[in-house]
Amino acid sequence: MEENILIIHPRDNVAVALRTIEAGEQALAQGMKGFPASEDIPASHKIALRNIAEEEEIIKYGETVAVSIRPIKKGEWVHTHNLESKRWKR
Amino acid sequence: MELTGYQRKDGKFGIRNHVLVLPTVSCVNGVVNRIGREVPEAVCATHPHGCGRGGPRDVEILFRILTGMIHHPNVGGVVLVGLGCEVSNTKRLLPLIVDSGKPIEIFNVQEDGGSLATAGKGAAAARRILSEINSQPRVAFPWDQLLVAMECGGSDALSGVTANVALGAVSDRLVEKGATVIFGENTEMIGTAHVLARRAKDAQVAKQIEEMVGRAERITHEVMGDLAGLVISPGNMDGGMSTIAEKSMGCIVKGGSTTINQVVDYGEIPAEHGLILQDGPGYDGDSMAGLAASGAQLMFFSTGRGTPVGFPALPVIKVASNTRIYQAMKEDMDVNAGSLVEGRPLNQLQAEMIDLMIRVINGEKTKAEVNGMEVLTFMTVHPPF
Repeated sequence: MEENILIIHPRDNVAVALRTIEAGEQALAQGMKGFPASEDIPASHKIALRNIAEEEEIIKYGETVAVSIRPIKKGEWVHTHNLESKRWKR
Repeated sequence: MELTGYQRKDGKFGIRNHVLVLPTVSCVNGVVNRIGREVPEAVCATHPHGCGRGGPRDVEILFRILTGMIHHPNVGGVVLVGLGCEVSNTKRLLPLIVDSGKPIEIFNVQEDGGSLATAGKGAAAARRILSEINSQPRVAFPWDQLLVAMECGGSDALSGVTANVALGAVSDRLVEKGATVIFGENTEMIGTAHVLARRAKDAQVAKQIEEMVGRAERITHEVMGDLAGLVISPGNMDGGMSTIAEKSMGCIVKGGSTTINQVVDYGEIPAEHGLILQDGPGYDGDSMAGLAASGAQLMFFSTGRGTPVGFPALPVIKVASNTRIYQAMKEDMDVNAGSLVEGRPLNQLQAEMIDLMIRVINGEKTKAEVNGMEVLTFMTVHPPF
């Protein structure tokens, strides 16, 4: 199966969808086991690589880019509905 | 493979040996365009400035950019076309360029018989300088004499995922080889000051980074008010970027991951090697001029929406973030970083980009050079009078 998500940094807890991934479809990155997307992930949006607790940091590029505002399960879409900016409220 | 270029009197090396035809003020752009039609080998860098702004910061920037273009290592000789009554007139510029060690011929439309006569004299001068410098040989130069700029513009949702990550990999490799890498765009660092400051060489550089990004954020709020949040726009969010920090990470990743050795002002020439930050604006054209005036001999420029822009006398390597725009603007794009999405390993793409860069340094033209897409414009901070 073709890789459809990209992990930018080994520390990251989210990956980038390289194309639109449909609910139930396997998300697959280089060098890791596939896992199902639990909802539709639009192209270039983020998918959770593991379970993320409420108020846990969202890590992309190996750095904190946001904080979750509710628990996020592995395979879920990660965007403005379940995170907030640490700095500007967007 | 070795790097070759043209040794300048100040010890620097140019990777091109251009004759630059530069107006001191926009009023004489037409004269410069006429010279360009007569001598197509000359690089004619018209611009919209030179007068009508009297604030000390604008005057400082004006003189820094014009002298930076004249001193630029890729420039072998200059035809400077002035008007006579402008702020950056040739008499005021002369003391700043007299020691350049390269042939410079100066004309003024108000003293040289008007526009047509000045264009004729300027064209003859451009031909004279061309024949004078054409025989200068290329010589090998070391990596620590190379200054490469990293720029992004017309970005899309993949720019921070593919193209800028590739630029970052190239940045890291260049620093490892002893070269200097510079990038600016302070508005695109908002939200990541702490990440950059952590990589600073010392506490002083860390403080400069915090101040630079803090200032950019404050000015953005002052100018845009409630719309400041649009620095991350609805379009960015539709593309999957959730916060300003996430967007900015996708920008600063183009500088790679090495220690930040210096923060320079807009158009200032770095004193350090390794990775350098420039306190310059996010707008592509203005940013490019600052990076060029800092002495960058070459620029990597990532784009996702697709911009054809180049820069006078400075080869610009265009890196597409996605295969669609690489195909759609094939004549404008030099590298396809969209190949990362199709499973190409980053180290392969990095090697291809370094290899292309060395060929460009040694004379191969970039697409923007072939197409003649040079644009010169630069930052001002006050409205005109």
